[in-house]
Amino acid sequence: MNVLVKPTGMQADGETAPGEVLLRIDSVSLSFGGVRAITNISFDIIKGEVRAIIGPNGAGKTSMLNVINGFYHPQEGTITWRGKVRRKMKPYEAASHGIARTFQNVALFKGMTTLDNIMTGRGLKMHSGFLWQCLRVGPALREEIEHRRKVEEIIDFLEIQAIRKTPVGRLPYGLQKRVELARALAMEPELLLLDEPMAGMNLEEKEDMSRFILDVNQQFGTTIALIEHDMGVVMDLSDRVVVLDYGRKIADGPPEEVQANQDVIDAYLGVSH
Amino acid sequence: MFYREAGQYKTTYAADQQIFPIRQDRIGIGVILVLALLLPLVASEFMLSAIAIPFLILALATIGLNILTGYAGQLSLGTGAFMGVGAYSCYKLVTIFPEVNVIVHILLSGVFAAAAGVVFGLPSLRIKGLYLAVTTLAAQFFLEWCFIRISWLYNYNASGAIEVPGREFFGTLITGPAAGGTTRYYVVLAIVVVMTLLIKNLIRGRIGRQWMMIRDMDIAAELMGVRPLVAKLSAFAVSSYVCGVAGAMFVFFYLGASEPAVFSITLSFQVLFMAIIGGLGSLVGSFFGAAFIWILPILLRVGLPALGVDIAAETVFQVAQMVIGALIIFFLIVEPHGLARLWAIGKEKLRVWPFPYA
Repeated sequence: MNVLVKPTGMQADGETAPGEVLLRIDSVSLSFGGVRAITNISFDIIKGEVRAIIGPNGAGKTSMLNVINGFYHPQEGTITWRGKVRRKMKPYEAASHGIARTFQNVALFKGMTTLDNIMTGRGLKMHSGFLWQCLRVGPALREEIEHRRKVEEIIDFLEIQAIRKTPVGRLPYGLQKRVELARALAMEPELLLLDEPMAGMNLEEKEDMSRFILDVNQQFGTTIALIEHDMGVVMDLSDRVVVLDYGRKIADGPPEEVQANQDVIDAYLGVSH
Repeated sequence: MFYREAGQYKTTYAADQQIFPIRQDRIGIGVILVLALLLPLVASEFMLSAIAIPFLILALATIGLNILTGYAGQLSLGTGAFMGVGAYSCYKLVTIFPEVNVIVHILLSGVFAAAAGVVFGLPSLRIKGLYLAVTTLAAQFFLEWCFIRISWLYNYNASGAIEVPGREFFGTLITGPAAGGTTRYYVVLAIVVVMTLLIKNLIRGRIGRQWMMIRDMDIAAELMGVRPLVAKLSAFAVSSYVCGVAGAMFVFFYLGASEPAVFSITLSFQVLFMAIIGGLGSLVGSFFGAAFIWILPILLRVGLPALGVDIAAETVFQVAQMVIGALIIFFLIVEPHGLARLWAIGKEKLRVWPFPYA
């Protein structure tokens, strides 16, 4: 029973202190048939930071997230998670290790309400058995209420109380993105991957989302890796930036440094031949 | 005006999460249950045996299919066969262990159907949609073949049919030809109500959410920690269990005797239509769908002559079929999400009536 009250999302072994490397990518290469999506990329993500992954379209950013997620398996290279080299794993295993993510195209569960969508994020932390759930008494009911409380905290945090019981299909795009963030937060992840969290948003929505991302980072201490095309957002939010182009890493460092890098400028603006 | 939740404050999450959070709905379901209990007082033997009992059983089968197709998003055409597995295993259990209570057998027979469902659900791990429907179709034909060819299943009976022996429940005969309609009705009603409640609980809990996650966005579900193997096969197991119990009841409480043809593809389609017309992913829709497909034709057949429309018996049957067909098309055009959606829209409108813009 005390499973419920323990601060979740962490496993006893391999706790990572702030400032230590949470995830390290070592010379990872990924190809689909003859197409090389990622070539020999290495970088790391430090616990507690906001790490941006940028690059022109088709640079391999989303493929990189899919590798971290366990959705793609790189042909070469290693991934070290909390100091341990990670074996080839399935996405649901990565999820249980504390990696959550949002998607470039909203991937909410369309047939469910906002509340249920966020509740799905608590799934890994619920353990009551089949029969208890059929009867919905004892541990099943306790668990459901316990996690509802947690979900309500997230709803308050992201200011989406009014749409709690609305089917997500009916929500405007900006709110859907926010519900998706809420769903990922409900997993209390150690590493949160955001794939273009601000795509298609207007200025006001972008500002809201940026604030939420910073709040998540500071209030919960969640490590965040985000892909974003809006350079203003990237420069303001991130602690460190890694730049990809054609599946290769061309720069890595603090925003100001990356901004001044000639290779990065060339990749974005193009060079005359 | 009368259907409004104003003033019904929820102060606990438990109260907010109950099945019927609106008081009017609770009263409504209470009234329906009381009416269902009182039905045998006014209904004739024909109404109970030919309408009410099969309606309830088919509604349960539709719920079973709905778990798989409506909630977990896995299309299945094998419902009839899974019901058959339930029926035949119940028959075998009753004849092998005659001293055990028949209700226990009926509930156990679902376990065999669940096992069959899991086996034929294995392809769902690789394929989806219409392709999966084709593999469940294979289940339908294979299992039907078993019911015909494996004579052990019907105890080497020369007719190839199974006949339900009379069995008692606390001294009252509940199965077999001699059992009264009222008794059978109450047994069926009890099983259907209890199972519906249990499934409702399952669906609004963690397991049900996992099914819907797989249905709505399987990649996101997997990235959030759902194991597709567990979620899909559990949906197949629970769905087939419910279908199996419904199949056993279909033979034991409704037909009294059965041959393999009962569990043919026609039954699968009939249950699938009930699920689609009622509304995929809705329990109340399962009841609507079963009522639409099962009760309406009977009402038309009985009702048309009673209204004074003077037509021959076969013509009545044809007319009823045509009317049903036309209504199916009409309802699907008006609301592709089935009667349950119409019901939900009606309730939403009623809640804001008479000031819809307020």
